[in-house]
Amino acid sequence: MSRRIAPVLAERSDDPRRAINLTVNGEAVTRDVSTRLLLSDFLRHDLRLTGTHVGCEHGVCGCCTVLIDGHSARSCLTLAVQADGSAIRTIESVAADDGTLHPVQRAFKECHALQCGFCTPGFVMSIVSHFEEAGTLDLSEDGVREMLSGNLCRCTGYQNIVAAVRRAAELMGRGGKG
Amino acid sequence: MATRGFGAPVQRTNDSRLLTGGGHYVDDIPLAGALHVAFVRSPFARARIKRIDVSAARAHSGVAAVYTADDLGALDVEMPLLIPHPCLIGPRTQRPLARGDVHHVGQTVAMVVAVDRYVAEDAARLIEVDYEPLPVELDLEKAIKSDAPLVHGDVKNNIAAHFVQTSGDPDGAFARATHFTKIRVRVERSTAAPMECRAVAARYDTVSGELTVWDGTQAPISVRGGLASLFGLDEDKVRVIAPDVGGGFGQKVLLFYPDEILVPFAAMRLGRPVKFIEDRSENFIGSTQERTQIHEIELAATKDGDVLALRDSFLHDTGAYIPYGIAIAQVASTSIAGPYRVPNIWVEFKAVYTPTVPVTPYRGCGRPHACFAIERAMDQLADELGLDRFEVRRRNLIAPAQFPYTRQGLLFADGLAVTYDSGEYAKALELIAKEIDVAAFRQEQATALKAGRYLGLGLAFYVEGTGLGPYEGGHVKVHPITGKVYVNTGLSGQGQGHETVFAQIVADQLGVDPNDVIVVEGDTGVFDWGVATFASRAAVVSGNAIHKAALKARAIVLEAASNMLEAAIDDLELVDGKVRVKGTDRGATLAEVATATNPLRYAFNKAAQSATQFAPAARHDGPQLGEGRAPGIEATDYYAPPHATWAYGVHAAIVEVDPGLCSIKFHRYLCVHDCGNMINPAIVEGQVMGGVAQGVGGAFYERVEYDVDGNPRNANFMDFLVPYATEVPRVEMHHMETPSPLNPLGVKGVGEAGCIAVGQVLASALDDALKPFGVAPFREVPLSPNAIFEAIEAAKGRRP
Repeated sequence: MSRRIAPVLAERSDDPRRAINLTVNGEAVTRDVSTRLLLSDFLRHDLRLTGTHVGCEHGVCGCCTVLIDGHSARSCLTLAVQADGSAIRTIESVAADDGTLHPVQRAFKECHALQCGFCTPGFVMSIVSHFEEAGTLDLSEDGVREMLSGNLCRCTGYQNIVAAVRRAAELMGRGGKG
Repeated sequence: MATRGFGAPVQRTNDSRLLTGGGHYVDDIPLAGALHVAFVRSPFARARIKRIDVSAARAHSGVAAVYTADDLGALDVEMPLLIPHPCLIGPRTQRPLARGDVHHVGQTVAMVVAVDRYVAEDAARLIEVDYEPLPVELDLEKAIKSDAPLVHGDVKNNIAAHFVQTSGDPDGAFARATHFTKIRVRVERSTAAPMECRAVAARYDTVSGELTVWDGTQAPISVRGGLASLFGLDEDKVRVIAPDVGGGFGQKVLLFYPDEILVPFAAMRLGRPVKFIEDRSENFIGSTQERTQIHEIELAATKDGDVLALRDSFLHDTGAYIPYGIAIAQVASTSIAGPYRVPNIWVEFKAVYTPTVPVTPYRGCGRPHACFAIERAMDQLADELGLDRFEVRRRNLIAPAQFPYTRQGLLFADGLAVTYDSGEYAKALELIAKEIDVAAFRQEQATALKAGRYLGLGLAFYVEGTGLGPYEGGHVKVHPITGKVYVNTGLSGQGQGHETVFAQIVADQLGVDPNDVIVVEGDTGVFDWGVATFASRAAVVSGNAIHKAALKARAIVLEAASNMLEAAIDDLELVDGKVRVKGTDRGATLAEVATATNPLRYAFNKAAQSATQFAPAARHDGPQLGEGRAPGIEATDYYAPPHATWAYGVHAAIVEVDPGLCSIKFHRYLCVHDCGNMINPAIVEGQVMGGVAQGVGGAFYERVEYDVDGNPRNANFMDFLVPYATEVPRVEMHHMETPSPLNPLGVKGVGEAGCIAVGQVLASALDDALKPFGVAPFREVPLSPNAIFEAIEAAKGRRP
């Protein structure tokens, strides 16, 4: 390649911007963001929390699932500015600081519930949110599959994910019907 | 004791990283100052480009560059025909950016590079392209007529290839036969839909002259070679890394997708890292698809159901281009006789251009089509002869004593005559019959029918030629400081668990825990001999290469330790990360042996100091490193299979159909599977279960729909229905292990197995369930609620 004169290039887009304040994985964050920036892109590119994945950008696959104020949500269907003032939790916050896996993560590992791992953070966040909700868990085959029905996996055929949910319930002492 | 390696359901070694958000997929690689790509894609299936105006896009704030075909110089060429074959007629392949004509909706016409993806997409919308639309024909059978509009003006009748193969004496056998069964079946367009779309990032270092490309590809070494050739760079200046890759299923091995060339091109031109992260809609119109074939298959049999011969003639839709030559059609045509003897075969196919997304191998690669055709025909034969479906199969299966079973004249994808190496087909069929308990099911079915419920039994037998050559390599090295074992191979993983099974293979030879074996693959900077991941070949080809390298490393360890410990090699054992004199506590750690085999000047750490307590690792009076010897414990070897090794399996299911809603529910799904010796049964099961799920999608939910103008109608996950957990059945798995005699580990491939049989399983189950309605047999996949509705309505119409 011949040496070329470096092009003049803006550092960033001319999009209108707004300051947002939120909590991400327990840490206060203040950032100036483009008003059309997706929460998924904000987490991944601005905060470099790349464990949240983007599989479809139209809310079907669930790879981008995070917890917003405790509720599972599609970060690809949420604007970063909409998350202003809220508390976000991503996959990076699930294991303990010393690296000890959360029971859901441990169960996934024990049950071979992941292959390529791309959909996995979304599944884990979704399952964690179900486990954190009060009430009885429906651990029947159909109940667990219903619990998982917001997330697509293309590798595992889901069977080992179903097993992992039950194993996690066992590890957490969470009984349930089924 | 160290964990047993080969054959044990060892937990995967890299899951903790993937489970905690520590994966590194292409878009996760931190590249400071990276620019982002968006493409302008053709909205027409066929059109002539009259004018492209990029001026507004170039002037848009935040845009670094806009490229059309005119800006590409030497890159403005057709991409390589990857697998040439004499039967190809004017083979056509894709270009980086369209020049003159476009041939499918989604074809890349212009590329924008900007500060972020948002701006790149804004600017792409500012590009004006004037198209002159041209007529199209989407219907395969009409496309080959002489008056059909052409996809490529110089390819007559849109026929890209025509090929006939014969085994035995089909004409003679047809003349002898007393019963003939002829049916027509159709498999429709689908797509792999990996959860991570394709992605490419590149950085060019002007100081070192090195181009680094992160590519979510199944073929990093081949991509490296191709890029070096296209850009005129030395191969060692191009490093291609396939990092974590979120599924591939065949879609991620094409040389080249436009972005795989244009992203590195832009990075070199602009002096900044550049990224292209495909979005889901682009994956539906820009990344390759598969499956459409129409078969006319005829069996020639005796009245006893002994199939003497078959003829199969089919059309294969290759989409707008044919970069893989006849690969898919060839696999379909040579797998057509399944597990049956059928000593006389005539197969013919025509590959046909249509103005649609190009077709390249997708998990199964012709095998689901072949399985659907032969198995539907076997069911029809059974019905016509009044035989049970299990019985007609039983009478035709190749017996264990008949292996190796060669179909002379049928050349498989490796260019060699189809030769099944081993199997216990009848045993597999008996096992599934027993497990599903046919007699009990018939009673249950009758009882259900009285209650107005419709249950059906589905059955399918398949074979799969796996582990294609040419070769792969394995590299094993023991690190002198930690004693950990580093293993490399050239192909790459997309989630299969290579790092674990390869570690198991090595762990056994070196007596270490699989968690102490660190596998690095898919990085040409680490190991750059090999081919790619496809054709269910990684365990067979790389697995055996790594095994052979591990044997060599083991021999080095034993020789050195024998000298160090002053003991005979036969008295040594490798366990728990140590070499021990059997029956004593005398021994040396692998780290000590590795240190001792590397003559050192400085005792820089404890291992180096402690190595001095032993006798020298090399026993001779000359220099410390003997002539012709290498330092350390390191070995490389290669494995080239003599030909494909054939796995097989039988699937059965009990399916309930609701004739009102035209919906289905799997009550049971059983799988008897034989992929030779299993390195890790948990991983094998994962592969099979995932394959079944993908097969269920292809059998009932997933169909890429094009309208008559060639517009995709469901290019998104709202309308193209990838099954959720609620649609996929639990699979009852039964393993058989008939070793392959072809390779040292006795293994066969398993990657594609699960998906092959599912279309036939469902179609035959629906036939069985809806018999009370008198429906005609289902001959097309994917099936759908519509197909069920129409079948029931048609049956009503036929009733007197």
